[in-house]
Amino acid sequence: MMAEIALYAGAVLLLSGALFSLIAALGVLRLPDLYTRMHAASKAGAVGGGMILLAVALVSFDGAITVRALIGIAFLLLTTPVAAHLLARAHYQSGGRPAQITVSNDLDIVNKAGRDN
Amino acid sequence: MNFALLTIVLALLWAALTGSFSGPNLLLGAVIALAALLLLRGRIGQPSGLRRVLPAVLLAVVFLYELLLSAIKVALVVMAPNLRAQLRPAIVAVPLTVKSDLEITLLANLITLTPGTLSIDVSDDKSVLYVHVLMLEDRAKLISGIAEGFEKRIMAVFA
Repeated sequence: MMAEIALYAGAVLLLSGALFSLIAALGVLRLPDLYTRMHAASKAGAVGGGMILLAVALVSFDGAITVRALIGIAFLLLTTPVAAHLLARAHYQSGGRPAQITVSNDLDIVNKAGRDN
Repeated sequence: MNFALLTIVLALLWAALTGSFSGPNLLLGAVIALAALLLLRGRIGQPSGLRRVLPAVLLAVVFLYELLLSAIKVALVVMAPNLRAQLRPAIVAVPLTVKSDLEITLLANLITLTPGTLSIDVSDDKSVLYVHVLMLEDRAKLISGIAEGFEKRIMAVFA
């Protein structure tokens, strides 16, 4: 009984994780600039990958694999935002500007003030 | 005490990761943990200990909940047919109350993984965090949301 519940829960998690990963990829394609793309890649990507690892932890029925999958989730959640942050920062510092539809940009104000001094 | 405790925890993690709790493997884990701790000894501050477990667990639960909300929100936006009409991207300067590098790093990471926000940069004097917002509604509400939400919880963990 418990095994079946874990199996079905794992299947649901696996499918939702795959769906989130697909949507993350779609987001990277459809969004207008690097900053908005990072939203899709970091959030939907981390959740998608995390759900797939959680599914592995549930259906493996092997303590060692479960622990490894859980640790994998922890590292995924720790490293994805760092990667997104570094990409966004590197893009900004190498002159990449946000897309036209961006409403306001506080970083530009600061940098202009810096140049005037 | 901290050093010994960390060594034991790391050795147990090593055993869990490699899937064997045999004596030699635990010993190997302890040796590797000690080597890593020796390399990092100057960098690890005295952690405030286990008194702050409850706020930390609370922070983790709130974070996981917000992360799921955030992923669903972004997924819905990405799949909307009129994508460009939904977007109101902006880069907002958020003043920081937390001061230490660890707290700022944690806050920046949590912000990146929660609804519609992504940390881009920290000002040189560590007083302002620059956050990219996917759908800006109300600037003041966004700033107070971060200050009242995660920043307060982080301060509860590290205070």
